[in-house]
Order: sequence, then structure tokens, then C-alpha cells
Amino acid sequence: MAIKTIDEINEKIREGKAVVVTAEEMIDIVKENGAKKAAQTVDVVTTGTFSPMCSSGMFINFGHSTPPIRMTKVWLNDVMAYAGIAAVDAYIGATQISESQGMAYGGAHVIEDFIAGKDIRLYAESPGTDCYPRKSITTTINKYNVNQAYMFNPRNCYQNYPAATNSSERTIYTYMGTLLPQFGNVTYCTSGQLSPLLNDPEYRTIGIGTRVFIGGAQGYVAFEGTQHDPGQERMPNGTPVSLAGTLALIGDAKKMTTKYIRAGVFEKYGVTLFVGVGVPIPVLDEDMAVKTSVSDKDIYTVIVDKSGKTNFSQRVSYQELRSGFVEINGRTVPTAPLSSMKIAREIASELKTLIEKGEFFLTEPVELLPKHDKRLNKLDIRGD
Amino acid sequence: MKTIKVSLTFPPAKVTFPLMTMLVRQFELEVNILHADIKLNRTGKLIVDMTGKKENIDNALAFIEEHGILYHIFNGMLTWQEDKCVHCGACTSVCPSRALTIKATDYILNFDKEKCLVCGLCIKACPLGIMRLAQPDSDE
Repeated sequence: MAIKTIDEINEKIREGKAVVVTAEEMIDIVKENGAKKAAQTVDVVTTGTFSPMCSSGMFINFGHSTPPIRMTKVWLNDVMAYAGIAAVDAYIGATQISESQGMAYGGAHVIEDFIAGKDIRLYAESPGTDCYPRKSITTTINKYNVNQAYMFNPRNCYQNYPAATNSSERTIYTYMGTLLPQFGNVTYCTSGQLSPLLNDPEYRTIGIGTRVFIGGAQGYVAFEGTQHDPGQERMPNGTPVSLAGTLALIGDAKKMTTKYIRAGVFEKYGVTLFVGVGVPIPVLDEDMAVKTSVSDKDIYTVIVDKSGKTNFSQRVSYQELRSGFVEINGRTVPTAPLSSMKIAREIASELKTLIEKGEFFLTEPVELLPKHDKRLNKLDIRGD
Repeated sequence: MKTIKVSLTFPPAKVTFPLMTMLVRQFELEVNILHADIKLNRTGKLIVDMTGKKENIDNALAFIEEHGILYHIFNGMLTWQEDKCVHCGACTSVCPSRALTIKATDYILNFDKEKCLVCGLCIKACPLGIMRLAQPDSDE
């Protein structure tokens, strides 16, 4: 069944002979030559996405001062970071908002400023101990003077995402943008035919340990992402019709660029981080050639009512969403993306160039992602 | 000749007042309706471009005011820091006139100045906060 192995593909990359195409280019290649021929000629398909991914953040180790401090509370540019770990480690989460500026600035901005090389104000407190006597510290840090700074994002690259609309009488402000009343608009947020997990819908090649392009650096799939839900209903082509698989990603923030990591604010909702990710997919056989040639007309999602007033639900293809309009209850409703296809394309093409130049190699997953049918647990309310 | 972009708010009792016809006949204005939200017995809203002699426009605005219709002249132009734009499309989701669009070919943010109502909704919707209304060069 297998036409080639990842080792063989890496050998070709080393020799500069690997044939690499983007997931969009693959659509036409398979259409014109068939999957069998495409599987023989194409070695790697590159994918890309650049979307708001709230479940992102960065671990930093600041280094020790003299005398030392065991930081218990940490603020970076007035944004609280989690410091309930060892002495000078902290985690700055993307959605945490500033204590002085509110939603105008948050963890995502700290991360973007850090990656840009700017100085970040650090203030930390501690009760003081015999081994860590210092009780507070005020200083500046940047990517050149901290020990480690790596992004660890518990949930990125959602395999699919419901599109959002609003049936209510008032405008609502959500993480899916501003939704106008009475089905005034629809927003959607994946890179569809370019999206990593939609091009390997059954997780045959993307698994734990897979090397990925993240924020301009080379990082890895650390684990299944939180809320990974492979048991979602799927189309015959394997793509899920709503929320499904997710990835936990890790990468060196010092090597990232603000071209692919950007802070964002959704009005009256809060702060988020646009994360650029690209995953290379080895075309091991005919099946992978078919999977990587999936196009927007064959990928579906569901439009849901974010006002919570109705159980409205309507299946729609990404091709329809991208046309700029969909029909809801017999009315034409404008659609808008929140995920940048322009930058997703740039990522897929930059990853392609890196592989062609022999600067990015593929990895065999250490472990595959779970494919179980068990669905997600709910949180019961047991208090007052 | 000059053109101004104006929003007109009609109190419910004035919704049936044939203002557009009068602007054309009495003040010789060229009127282009860009956006209309008019229902009987409810506050109505129109956004229009008016073109004509300065004197006629001034008289028309006085006439509008006399008849209890509120007006607001939009004087500004939407601009954004193009080098910082990520072309996500969030601004296009709230644009009432579809002056801001992303086409499924190049996926680049496209702005049609003629269609812009200068309503400013996109400014708040932009996650990067890089859009603003620039003041016009001069009134004349």
C-alpha cells in the first residue's frame, strides 16, 4: 500500500529532490493527474493557517536575581502571568488582560512585543523565604536576556470550527467578532482547504512529535490539544462537520516573528492571539494524495446562533462561505472570515520553500493522536 | 459643486415626509441613497450623498432641520495601516455597504471608497486596532 516512507522523503529533501506543493496546488494536481500518479510524484503537501487561537501562551524563565526571589505573583507590562511554578518560571496566557489598560492590552500583546524584541516591564512579588529572601523585584526583560521563552499552546489548529450568526434583536460581541442582529451576518474561521488537520483528517501522519512551522520557527506537536474530539460526525471524505481534532503545540518564541504572531482584540470580548501554523504532510500513498487534495467545496461546517436564543443550525460548505453570502431562512446574509487566507497561503508557501531548500525535515510521529469515539465531558454545576 | 455624505434620522412622524423629492426639486440636488432603513411609525434612517451648489446644499440642510429631521454630515475618510493589516476579514463582517470585502481569489482586503458610509463600525471591529477616520483635507 505505502508508496514511500518518511525516511525516504527526508532523503529526497536532503538531496534537494523532494517534490513539495501547497495544499491548494495539490487540488489541481490530483484533479488533473489522478491520486495514484500524484502520490508517486508529490512527496510533501504543505498546509497553513493564521487565526485567532485564544488557547495560547508562553513559558518564560527569567533567570535569578541576587539575592534571589521565589516569584509568587508576576506581572508583565501590567498583565498578570501565572507564577505558581518554580522560582523564576511563569506562564503568560494570551487572553489575560492588563490591570491598567483593560482589554486594550493583554497577554497576547506581551507575547507580540516580546517576539518583536521590545523590553517588557517585569514586576514580581513574593512572601520571601530563607532560600529566596527577596520580596519584590522591578526590572525589564526581553528575548535577549531571559533564559527560555517558549510558546506552549494547549489548543491550536482546531480541525474545523462552527460559523457564527445572531438571531437576536441586538448586536452581540463574541470571539467570532461582532454579530449583527436578526441574522445580519455570518463569520467563520478556518483556512479550509489549506488547514492542517483538514488535510490529514484521520490523523494518519500528524501526531505527537510532528515537527511544525509555528510563528515562523520550527516547533512540535506536544500532545493532542485540549478538547480534542475525534468522534465528531464526518463526511465520507473524512473531514469533520464541526469541532473535532486539536493540537497542543510548542515552539521557541525567541525564534518567532511578529509576521506570524499577532495580538488581537475582539470588541467587548477581549484579547486573543493570531497564531500562524503550517504542518507538512507526507504523501505516503494514494489515500494521502486524495486526503490532501480536499477542497473548500467538500469541506462543511455548521452555522450556529451565538445569541443562545435558538437552536438554529445550518450546514454549509466553505466554498459557499467564501462566496461572500449564504442563504438563511430564504434571505441572503453576508459572510466574513476571521482567519487570514492570505497569510495562511504565505505560511504554506514559506514552509514549502524551507523543505525545498533542505532546511525543514519531516518527522515520524512518536505516537498518533487519539481516534476514539468518546465525546467530550461536560462540567456539572454542583454548587450554589 | 460639492458632494457631502449625510445621515438623516426621521422621527416616526416624519417617515412619510417626501424629503428626497423636495431636495431634488427645490434645491436641485443630485441625491444618491446609500443606505435606507425606513418603516412606518418607526424612527427611520437614510444615508445619502448629496451633490449640488454649495449654497443649495446649505439651504437644503437648513430646510431639513426646520422639518425636524436630524442630520449628521460625515466628514472623514477611512484609512488603515496597510503594512500592519493581516487581512483577517473581521472588518468586512460589520461593513453595512460592503465597501470592505475579501475576495476568494487573492484574499486581500479590498476597499471601495465610493461605497463607504464612513460609519466607523469597522474601526471597532478591527482586532488589530489599525483603522481610523482621517479628517478631510478641506471643506471646499
